[in-house]
Amino acid sequence: MGLITSSFIEGAQILLVLALAPLLTGFVRKIKARLMRRRGPPLLQPYRDLVRLMRKDTVVAHNASWLFRAAPYLIFACTWLASALVPSFAADLPFSPAADLIALTALLGSARFFLALAGMDVGTSFGGIGASREVMIASLAEPAMIMIVFTIALFAGSTQLGTIATLFATSPVGLRVSLGLALVALVIVAIAENGRIPVDNPATHLELTMVHEAMVLEYSGRHLALIEFSTSLQLLLYLSLIAAIFVPWGVAITGATPAAYAFGGLVYVAKIAIGGALLGAFESAIAKMRVFRVPVFLGTALMLGLLGTLLLFLSASL
Amino acid sequence: MLPWLLVLVAGLLGLVVVALLGRQRAITTPLLYGASLLVAAGLLSVAAAGFARGTEASLVLPLGLPWLGAHFRLDGLSFFFLVIVDLGGALASLYGLGYGRHEKAPERVLPFFPAFLAAMNLVVLADDAFTFLFSWEFMSLASWALVIAHHREPDNAKAGFVYIVMASFGTLVLLLAFGLLAGRDGTYDFATIRTATKPTLVAGLVFLLALVGPGSKAGLVPLQVWLPLAHPAAPSHVSALLSGVMTKVAVYGFVRIVFDLLGPPDWWWAVLVLALGGTTSVLGVLYALMEHDIKRLLAYHTVENIGIIFIGLGLALAFQANAMATAAALALTAALFHVLNHSLFKSLLFFGAGSVLVATGERDMEHLGGLIHRMPVTAGAFLVGCAAISALPPLNGFVSEWLTFQAILLSPILPQWGLKFVVPAVGAALALSAALAAACFVKAYGVSFLGRPRSSAAANAHEADPFSLAAMLTLAALCALAGIFPATVIDQIAGVTEGLLHARLPLQAGNDFLSIAPIAASRSSYSGLLLVIFIAGAMALTAFVIHRFGSRLMRRSDPWDCGYPDASPLTQYSASSFAQPIRRVYGTLVFRAREIVEMPPPGDGRPARLTVELHDLVWDSLYVPIAHAVSAIAGRLNHFQFLTIRRYLGLVFSVLVALLLGLAIWG
Repeated sequence: MGLITSSFIEGAQILLVLALAPLLTGFVRKIKARLMRRRGPPLLQPYRDLVRLMRKDTVVAHNASWLFRAAPYLIFACTWLASALVPSFAADLPFSPAADLIALTALLGSARFFLALAGMDVGTSFGGIGASREVMIASLAEPAMIMIVFTIALFAGSTQLGTIATLFATSPVGLRVSLGLALVALVIVAIAENGRIPVDNPATHLELTMVHEAMVLEYSGRHLALIEFSTSLQLLLYLSLIAAIFVPWGVAITGATPAAYAFGGLVYVAKIAIGGALLGAFESAIAKMRVFRVPVFLGTALMLGLLGTLLLFLSASL
Repeated sequence: MLPWLLVLVAGLLGLVVVALLGRQRAITTPLLYGASLLVAAGLLSVAAAGFARGTEASLVLPLGLPWLGAHFRLDGLSFFFLVIVDLGGALASLYGLGYGRHEKAPERVLPFFPAFLAAMNLVVLADDAFTFLFSWEFMSLASWALVIAHHREPDNAKAGFVYIVMASFGTLVLLLAFGLLAGRDGTYDFATIRTATKPTLVAGLVFLLALVGPGSKAGLVPLQVWLPLAHPAAPSHVSALLSGVMTKVAVYGFVRIVFDLLGPPDWWWAVLVLALGGTTSVLGVLYALMEHDIKRLLAYHTVENIGIIFIGLGLALAFQANAMATAAALALTAALFHVLNHSLFKSLLFFGAGSVLVATGERDMEHLGGLIHRMPVTAGAFLVGCAAISALPPLNGFVSEWLTFQAILLSPILPQWGLKFVVPAVGAALALSAALAAACFVKAYGVSFLGRPRSSAAANAHEADPFSLAAMLTLAALCALAGIFPATVIDQIAGVTEGLLHARLPLQAGNDFLSIAPIAASRSSYSGLLLVIFIAGAMALTAFVIHRFGSRLMRRSDPWDCGYPDASPLTQYSASSFAQPIRRVYGTLVFRAREIVEMPPPGDGRPARLTVELHDLVWDSLYVPIAHAVSAIAGRLNHFQFLTIRRYLGLVFSVLVALLLGLAIWG
């Protein structure tokens, strides 16, 4: 594969996630609205929101520091980079030596670190509440994610996303106990990390149970737009990750024809749509849990991930 | 080169005399720190040059025991640790140039500071048991004198007492270890010990003693109790040396004995080291989360990081026991890389805490806040330290944790069942401690540096002096460089693993995009440089696009806070309230945490109260019984103090007879 082709594919991937992320958010909202027999906002509403926010004046509290103003750019850059690293329609990307799955998890950790700090910058109690709960949730979700990464990496013999995606796309893996455990754990982590019901509710304000929304309460204008965009990107990232590992069909591997790439893109969009629809249905069917039930929920993911890893330590065929 | 190093170390000892002679004069403080900066920088450059060339040298001086002499030797391992000791020493001296001016009793610090540096250098250079133990004890005593420099402050006397007891215990254990290594012939030079054959039982015993002796100096749970008391008690640049450097000398002691002197390990050693390392890392960070004194919080994080280092060392032992040399080299590289990283960011963080202490007079985070406005440079450097210790890419802390994870991923082929169960659990512990560390540093930074000031001292803080800032900025830059160009560090450490394990990682310097790939690029690779370029590029592009096509207007206003802005800064989240969810999740098990709410009935004028009870289970279940037992035995033996001279002589005679009898029977 020539350098030009691979750069083109990398660029397409980087732009595709950017273009698709708000659409996914709008799609999930639409599904939820339809399930509640509302008409719901149009699919393209998130794009309009972003454009509108970016055009507005930004209001910043008097005592906000440079960190508060720089954080949205950093968070957006980290999340964008992380989501561009996950294989979507093509398995092997030329820049994949930059970061493997562990580095990807840590990149999202960086974004969260600065978001929590930004939440504490203005010195309001809502910001503190959000940051404190966010790090509590992350303190369980992140190790759970690492254990899931371990399970997948032990299985594939690599932590490199390109290698893993190629392996799952090309060789018949079959049903494995460890991968099943990892899938359940990954879904739990994805729900928690994206602040979806039952862990957090992305649609509420002014509720003492809120986490993410409390941290970003002081943000407005273009800063808020970047943070909302990062949230959408992160949701897309987790769905792409689940699709690349557990639903690997249709992914174009190295050296594929342009038609295969186009087909891969179509299949990818279909997979994300199905994932988004499932998420919307799940969120509509379940109630939000109390914040101190969340550790139990995430503890399950951690234990499942650990169990998956342990099984692979005991036997490579499990 | 070795004579040069010893001359420079002697120069440090000479500075002790200078400090003692000039203790009444104000000029001594800058003079001494300036001189120790120069000497440490000299040591650093000689050591770094030797390390880069990979030379070895040895030397015997007619000092110490007459039939033994003082052996000194330089190999890859000692070069690596010399660089760590002298880099930390040089920057602590630089920081001391500014920080030392605020010292109220400089005569209690100045003589011991160069002595402490010299002792740490000597431990790393020593090549026989006597010189090693002598330097080790010298290091303990010099650091003890620094710990009790401010002996009148509350708790510091207790800290000094606990430290000296634990330090003496550690030296005693090391003495026994070397006694066992020397064997019946009593050969104390390391060259002979290294080649001697050791029976399995003796090797196992020496390993256990090496785990307890240097382990107590490093702060392995359950021997960590002195560390969070002693490290914060010292002046801040000394705290940085204690946490950032002396614990590394302890790691050096462990590595020297176990990897170099003992020879091939047994697999159960690895199980023990891994279990202790995993426990230490998680417990250390949980203790730190409960803390709101910023220097004690940092000291508990030292415990956590020592745990991470020992996880790497345990993995190296496991691979070595199964003759998987390259994997062992990977795990040892990860551990040594983390040794370097921790010395960098922990010194940086203690320097930052020292600057906050000078600026506000406060160590308690509950009285800080908003310092990012008053101390912008300190705040920036401290932020780099926080991100590095939280293992966030692209800084250095992440690289060493990533390497440790890669080593864990190699371990399913280990044949022993004990290891198969321990290693995944340790991997989970490592991941948990990394996530909790990030939580802890969001707390530390958010409460101290962000938000609104919680006291007038914090509101009127001032930026640190130029020397302190220079030291902090240098360390912050080194943290970034080690994270962005890890290939250079790994290739240097390869010389150490080559010497200890006869194996090394593949050369990293030629990889694409300066990435590191410990095994193969298709298996795992990471490039800090690419990440930095991508993140910086994406940030610049985003800012450009938004400012060009969106809006660039910004105005200041009151905080929104859902329409109810808090009048008082005391309504902000405090360090304790920030940690409350984590205390509820983990604390009930680990600390038997209990919240007691006193709510007076309606109409009663008393305020409502919330009290939190935490128990240090290690202290309560291990140290308190030992202290009770010692005091009970002492009480029983007390009447021996009041015997007549006749009875004392009788006692001496009967003990002599008993000993001779013993000798006659077993000898």
